[in-house]
Amino acid sequence: MTTVTAVKEPKQDKAFNVVNYFVLTIFLLVVLYPLVFIISASISSPIAVSSGEVWLWPVDITFNGYQAVIEYRTIVSGFLNSLFYAGVGTIINVTLTLLAAYPLARRDLYGRNVLMFFFAFTMLFGGGLIPTYLVVKDLGLLDTRWALILPTAMGVWNMIITRTFYQVTIPNELHEAARLDGCDDFNFFWRVVVPLSKPIIAVNALLYAVGHWNQFFNALIYLTDQTLFPLQLVLREIVIQNRIDPGAMVDASELARRQELRDLLKYCLIVIALIPPLIAYPFVQKHFVKGIMIGSLKG
Amino acid sequence: MATLTKERRPQTRRSGSGRDRGVRRAKRAAIGRQIKHNWQLYVMLILPVAYMIVFHYWPMYGVQIAFRNFNPIDGISASPWVGLQHFERFINAYQFWPLIENTVFLHVYELVVRFPLPIILALALNHVRVRWFRASVQMITYAPHFISTVVVVGILFLLLDPRTGLLNNLMSLVGIEGVNFMGDPGMFRHVYVWSSAWQSMGFSAIIYLAALSSVPQELHEAAVVDGATKLQRMWHIDLPSIMPIAVILLILDIGSILSVGFEKVLLMQTPLNMGTAEVIDTYVYKVGIASQVPQISYAAAIGLFRAVIGLVLLVIANQIARRLAKTSLW
Repeated sequence: MTTVTAVKEPKQDKAFNVVNYFVLTIFLLVVLYPLVFIISASISSPIAVSSGEVWLWPVDITFNGYQAVIEYRTIVSGFLNSLFYAGVGTIINVTLTLLAAYPLARRDLYGRNVLMFFFAFTMLFGGGLIPTYLVVKDLGLLDTRWALILPTAMGVWNMIITRTFYQVTIPNELHEAARLDGCDDFNFFWRVVVPLSKPIIAVNALLYAVGHWNQFFNALIYLTDQTLFPLQLVLREIVIQNRIDPGAMVDASELARRQELRDLLKYCLIVIALIPPLIAYPFVQKHFVKGIMIGSLKG
Repeated sequence: MATLTKERRPQTRRSGSGRDRGVRRAKRAAIGRQIKHNWQLYVMLILPVAYMIVFHYWPMYGVQIAFRNFNPIDGISASPWVGLQHFERFINAYQFWPLIENTVFLHVYELVVRFPLPIILALALNHVRVRWFRASVQMITYAPHFISTVVVVGILFLLLDPRTGLLNNLMSLVGIEGVNFMGDPGMFRHVYVWSSAWQSMGFSAIIYLAALSSVPQELHEAAVVDGATKLQRMWHIDLPSIMPIAVILLILDIGSILSVGFEKVLLMQTPLNMGTAEVIDTYVYKVGIASQVPQISYAAAIGLFRAVIGLVLLVIANQIARRLAKTSLW
């Protein structure tokens, strides 16, 4: 842009800049405000929240809500379950994605187009909710942890982005040179391709982990055992369906005495569910934008 | 590097037809050698392919239960055929038109709101030269993409609560009477669409930003020399350069017109707003899985009905785009 600035700006451009920054500030505030409010409300006194005194910064700071969250058994087990699903699920996701993407990026793979079609076809057609449910049921996965991991073991979209990444970043000469040195495909994949894949692994891991963390629908249809519930399902029961089980509270009398704590608990629970993805993504952000752009533009 | 097969093919075609059989055999041998040479690549593909077969192609086989009377004892292939009975039942059901209307209306409304916002955001961001401002707007506007649907709907319920919610508190400050947003069928669509826009616009803008970054700088320089203002450059250079991608995204969106963000609709439903909040997908879920007596085949038929119409719309949208915008998916 430096060369452009060298020319003197027309007058209208100053007005344009003002409007432009104004529009962007509006976008920024609209997105940011609800999040700031939720966080403020979660550490404010419940009375101040319901009477409308809290509108931006916290009023009468209290951490009772978070204490109640920690003492609520289903929330704690939901949190741990979600960590498990996100951890194990993501490892499987990333492994399968790399295993599919690398061979399909190789131009000397016979039947490559047919295989690509085999994968991409499922982006347009699918069995739909009921037949998929029946498959999971027939495999005996209902009410097991696998029900939340196996049916989403790989995303075709992610695989295509990864494949494009390989086509762009791993030159064929590299493979040929390794071949001459007596390196077979497994070794080449493990010693050369995987180490060069850090940015795309980061992108994939983030997308998959967030997907697992945020997933609730599969848990809703495949699980009935409360001890397996991920956090999102617990969240749905408490925040949206307003189902708070006093029995799940270690200190039930405390909560019963203060009805307002109910709402506070909801704000805190939302913040807790929000935090992991929001913490994770700035770390991979620089890879992220690059990875997505490479994948989506050339794909 | 050109592939082995591609280099060889023209040569084999050029050779005389009399030696056809020998050439074909040589070609087959070459393919065989190539497969043998790369056998490890095929081994790598085993797991992903197995996954696709089990969790994506097997359900497609199961689609046939839409034409059968499925019972768990006989299984998919032994349940009796009933033809189009379930489809007829759905089309004649009294819920049919309300369901279609709710689904289509919700999605068209969402399309109209959600399509332009990321474009505006990306165009505006593209002309920001202050680095930190640009970076922070980008980072903050796409953060909501990572927030789960359950959390977004949870936030909606809390902010829009008629008794304690922020919005009603603010409204009562200026003297407007409270509205029960989540319990009002008239409000459901607005809340749904605008909250979706809130969640997705920053992320959708990424693709447009990528497209804008590949616009040749010389175009802008030439325009500046000719005395073009920023607004004119935005209109005549930036906008046309992202049109192809915009059209493709639009086609994809139209293709999924009947499958609106189903999880979110389900979460936002309350007994009071059902009049506008029941869409085809939530209905399938309720009939086929959540019900006391699941009607598996009927639900599968409705799901298939939706998928077929979605596909037809996709094809039509693609044709129109090819004619009008010279861009298409295929």
